[in-house]
Amino acid sequence: MLEIKNLHVSVEGSEILKGLDLTVDPGEIHAIMGPNGSGKSTLSHVIAGRDGYEITGGRIIFQGEALTGMEPEERAAKGIFLAFQYPVEIPGVANTTFLKEALNSIRRYRGEDELDAMQFVKMMRKKTEELNISDDMLKRAVNVGFSGGEKKRNEILQMAVLNPSLAILDETDSGLDIDALKIVAEGVNKLRSPDRSMLVITHYQRLLDYIIPDKVHVLAHGKIQRTGGKELALELEEKGYAEFDEAAA
Amino acid sequence: MTKTTSPLAFVDSFDDERTGLPGIDLPWLKTLRRDGIERFKGLGMPTPKLEAWKYTRLKPLEDTSFQPVTDEDGMAALDHVPSLLPDPGGRPRLVFVNGRMRPNFWIEGDLPDGVHLDCLRDVLLRAPDWAESYIGSLTGEDAAALVQLNTAMMDTGFALRVDPGVIVETPIEVVYIGGLTDRPVAYFPRNLIVLGEGAQATVVKHHVGMGVGAYFANAVTEIDIAQGARLNHYEVQAESRDATHLGAVNVRVAKDATYDSFTLSIGGRLSRNEVSVRLEGQGAHAGVNGAYLMRGSEHCDNTTRIEHLAPNTSCREIFKGVLDDQSRAVFQGRIVVNREAQGTDGHQLCKTLLLSTGAEIDAKPELEIYADDVKCSHGATTGQIDETALFYLRSRGIPEALARNLLVQSFLGEALEEIADENIREAFTNKVLHWLPAACFLSEEWRDA
Repeated sequence: MLEIKNLHVSVEGSEILKGLDLTVDPGEIHAIMGPNGSGKSTLSHVIAGRDGYEITGGRIIFQGEALTGMEPEERAAKGIFLAFQYPVEIPGVANTTFLKEALNSIRRYRGEDELDAMQFVKMMRKKTEELNISDDMLKRAVNVGFSGGEKKRNEILQMAVLNPSLAILDETDSGLDIDALKIVAEGVNKLRSPDRSMLVITHYQRLLDYIIPDKVHVLAHGKIQRTGGKELALELEEKGYAEFDEAAA
Repeated sequence: MTKTTSPLAFVDSFDDERTGLPGIDLPWLKTLRRDGIERFKGLGMPTPKLEAWKYTRLKPLEDTSFQPVTDEDGMAALDHVPSLLPDPGGRPRLVFVNGRMRPNFWIEGDLPDGVHLDCLRDVLLRAPDWAESYIGSLTGEDAAALVQLNTAMMDTGFALRVDPGVIVETPIEVVYIGGLTDRPVAYFPRNLIVLGEGAQATVVKHHVGMGVGAYFANAVTEIDIAQGARLNHYEVQAESRDATHLGAVNVRVAKDATYDSFTLSIGGRLSRNEVSVRLEGQGAHAGVNGAYLMRGSEHCDNTTRIEHLAPNTSCREIFKGVLDDQSRAVFQGRIVVNREAQGTDGHQLCKTLLLSTGAEIDAKPELEIYADDVKCSHGATTGQIDETALFYLRSRGIPEALARNLLVQSFLGEALEEIADENIREAFTNKVLHWLPAACFLSEEWRDA
């Protein structure tokens, strides 16, 4: 599904990722954990294709295709989805309009028929019911006046509608209390599927109590320092990231 | 080949008995015109030496020798009327082409009793005394040069009079079509809107260019709103890209009356909308709003003056602009609060989105406050498309051009929301959407947002 080889990424001349390797197979959930400033967000943004990140070496292969040079919308159409740490507010644009534009853009790209208003409403009703999300959230402007929890649930709803093969959850737990976290995790778990891989990026272990990963990687100083099973997260919770600071020092 | 240095050479040979001028047999109007031309000659065309014209230069006009319109210009072939609102149906509509009223496109509509809508020529014939009491009453003798010019040259326009207590539900549309001539022309609309006590009306003006040539429109609108009355005054300036549009609106708002306006500027090589509102009675309110969308080398100037002259008056002023390419815009918003105007509540905001590094805005908010008990806020900001928001939309599969459009639409939403009438808000939003680049991506649902 996703294969990253010896990836080097610089932002404004300073190297953030320094030879990162990562392989995610279909249906797997991988957690990327690491201290602040280790390059977690850079990794998620660079996979999604954000401007401002310079790939100075290595490559990212998604479903057998190199992503380098591909526009973000093209990556989305090919099945990559990034759930933002801080979802953006867009006043004056209704959530439902936004979702329909996104879905139909992707369908257009893939050469599929666009959904008309009726088909879209029907599909949305199904998705919101599955995820227990109220219609009210669809009518409101994108993320405007949403609570932290609502914003993250909206990300999960977008994921459900766009149905990606690779979902990257960038610090989805940040700013959420435990109840909101459980609701969001429940949504994510409903979207687990043998065809969908997920990359869960987090600083804390607690999200992984609810979204159980197949593998846990520790990212520090721009590289994967260690890989293990879900028990690695518990170990990190106990010991912290000090060990990796020392390793690099 | 002769070359002239004055853009309005015919002003020098001003003739108040020129055939075709409305009301040539009215002595008072003749005097008014003569005074106007004398004052205009004394003042001359505005230059950047005047504070109010520091950012807008009329010099480019000098390259063109404009001629007065003739009846023939007014009869230019027209296969459709660019109405702002879909399907006029029973809606009243007046249509002018190059300053000439076209009776065949006039829809009288189902206006209630007590509403009088005429073109200037007819009102000077039918109600000269009424016209005399209003024309020039709001602009005053010491009006600026371009108003004086209009007073001298007024050759077209409309008059709307709504009797006390009469409520007009349907919007009245006035379409001014420019262009469609083979030489540069100038025309001078003079409009009057007078609402009696407690009356209500909505007027939509559509200035639109249909040809390709240069023309010059110098419009003045005088508006008198009596106690408890309400006027919704909406305007779209969509002149052609070689056109010059200089408009002035002078408004008097009485006790507990409301003037609510929105001006959308999406065309013209050079345009200026000058609005002056006097809140003369307690509880009077003015909403002076607008949006400007410019590209190429277009220049748009919104200059407003809102005077609070009585206690507990309020105003709200929201202007939003989107500038692309090498376009320029000017916003000069002055709010004056007189000593008597205690309890004034004023809010002014001007925000501009620059889509190109070559675009430029000069924003000058000015508050002049002489009363103590006043709540007044103002702000002016300039920015670019938010890159994070752009990435957010694109990461959802929305192509860049469409994503930019959504963000521009989102930006303008705050201003368009000021339009109280839902149908008109939709029509204006539509205009905005079709202005945007990559409008081909538009889907109907955008309007629901």
